[in-house]
Amino acid sequence: MNGRAVELVASLREGDWRTAADQLLQRLQNAWKTLVVGVPYFWLLIFFLAPFFIVLKISVAESIIASPPFSPLVDLTEEGIINLKLVLDNYAYLWEDQLYIDSYLNSLKISTISTLLCLLIGYPIAYAIVRSSPTAKNILLLMIILPFWTSFLLRVYAWMGLLADQGTINSFLIWLGIIDEPIRMLYAEFAVYVGIVYTYVPFMILPLYANMEKLDITLHEAAADLGARPFTTFRTVTVPMTMPGIVAGSLLVFIPATGEFVIPDLLGGGNVLMIGRVLYNEFNANHDWPVAAAVAIVLLLVLVIPMMIYQHIQSGETEG
Amino acid sequence: MGKRTTFQFSVLCFGMAFLYVPMVLLIVYSFNYSKIVPVWGGWSTRWYTVLFESEEVWAALTLSLKIALMNATFATLLGVLAGIALARFGRFRGRTLFTGMISAPLVMPEVITGLSLLLLFITLGDLIGWPGERGITTITIAHITFSMAYVTVIIQSRLTGMAQDLEEAAMDLGSKPFRVLTDITLPLLAPGMLAGWLLAFTLSLDDLVIASFVSGPGANTLPMLIYSRVRLGLRPDINALATIIIVVVAIGVCIAGWLLFRQQRQRERDMQMAATENLKTGY
Repeated sequence: MNGRAVELVASLREGDWRTAADQLLQRLQNAWKTLVVGVPYFWLLIFFLAPFFIVLKISVAESIIASPPFSPLVDLTEEGIINLKLVLDNYAYLWEDQLYIDSYLNSLKISTISTLLCLLIGYPIAYAIVRSSPTAKNILLLMIILPFWTSFLLRVYAWMGLLADQGTINSFLIWLGIIDEPIRMLYAEFAVYVGIVYTYVPFMILPLYANMEKLDITLHEAAADLGARPFTTFRTVTVPMTMPGIVAGSLLVFIPATGEFVIPDLLGGGNVLMIGRVLYNEFNANHDWPVAAAVAIVLLLVLVIPMMIYQHIQSGETEG
Repeated sequence: MGKRTTFQFSVLCFGMAFLYVPMVLLIVYSFNYSKIVPVWGGWSTRWYTVLFESEEVWAALTLSLKIALMNATFATLLGVLAGIALARFGRFRGRTLFTGMISAPLVMPEVITGLSLLLLFITLGDLIGWPGERGITTITIAHITFSMAYVTVIIQSRLTGMAQDLEEAAMDLGSKPFRVLTDITLPLLAPGMLAGWLLAFTLSLDDLVIASFVSGPGANTLPMLIYSRVRLGLRPDINALATIIIVVVAIGVCIAGWLLFRQQRQRERDMQMAATENLKTGY
């Protein structure tokens, strides 16, 4: 009888000890999880989210000649009343000045046409890679990715040498006797298109390739065997099946191209209006921070829908 | 069938020519004696000498490499944590916001990221006195913020693709979560971490726009230096610099590609051997 009681007490104690250990372990586990989520979360809150609220805040401040060159949003007046100043003048200014509207529209025009050009060039390339032998496929993919790892700036610079009045293309055409005078290509919209297509076409090819690689290419042959003409097969089988790749690739080109700064600056010179360049100059040359902030907010609003679509695809891909 | 192969071949030739002819010309003209880039004046390596003797270039290169190293390391660290959280923790409070903040920098126009981070640094400087001076620290922070998003995506997709069996088996056998992480998850993740580190390193070396916004006086990264020179036109010394960068990158990518290729071949051979074994034993 006595022995049993001791046993019981012992087992109880042991049980207690076990639950305590379990609890401790559980707590440690939770702390660990909090740490894993918390550290990157905290970083992004401070360095990604907070800056947006600051931009938003400054975009509704008054522009003044001081350092920093904007009025504080919340003022403590003499009577101790908090005076909230909210100025929408900067946005009105964007709307009234033709320069800004033209820049937004021109940016959208250039990025839309460039996206279509990338699709036109990238689609056949992606298709040709998918149909290659496994060894050739590896080498070709490596060749598409390689430019990614070299400097973006220097790839844009390469076209300055090709397109200049005395550049390679003009010299070559004059040497061939096709033209007498150099054609003006650099510092014009044409050069901006070339630059964007050249630097962004790998962004189109890779998602298309990834998408096509998963497809059953034999369906294509089945359609052909059943008598479909090549174009019909392409339109009714290939295009619908590769739609996810087309959308992802197009967004990856369209979104950054709209806000592009380096390409219009180096290849377009002062002749091509694009909003990324206007924003950069507004901030660095004119020091009009509130207007620059308003330009940024409007650009973000223009791009928010394509960005959300991309995010939706992205999360579907990694989690699905 | 023949027609299709010809089409395929010409598409690939055209595509690769489009991608590579400008780079080849860039390299050829770096050996041009003439000061005016597109006018040929005979072979010479004088621009390489000019480049190597420029202290400005060395200073910019050192700064860029320092930033890239720190950025790659911290971005990989944060990216691995974020990737594990997204792939393994299921639902947690604030997950939607977290996913949004991770994927937004991937597509955010650089001018917006640069402007908003600069305004943050200025506001913080006014409020708490940090950062007093903009330069290497602010550029590194800005780079970590956008490159950790890329690392997270890589890690998350590796983890999602990787079966959870091994981790679960270890847990069932009584391993503590921390041990599971260090003994199983991290070793399996090593290739992804390396890929993420390299990507973060290159992204940082390549960035011009964000660095120009958040940098202060005196801190010129290599892309900032290149940009300030080529803005005014073609420069033969920049061609020489471009050649060096392209050659270094090409060698690196080829080695990486060859290693991957060999690994894949090895795996295929192993699978084949396993299949023959199975056949012999009648499954």
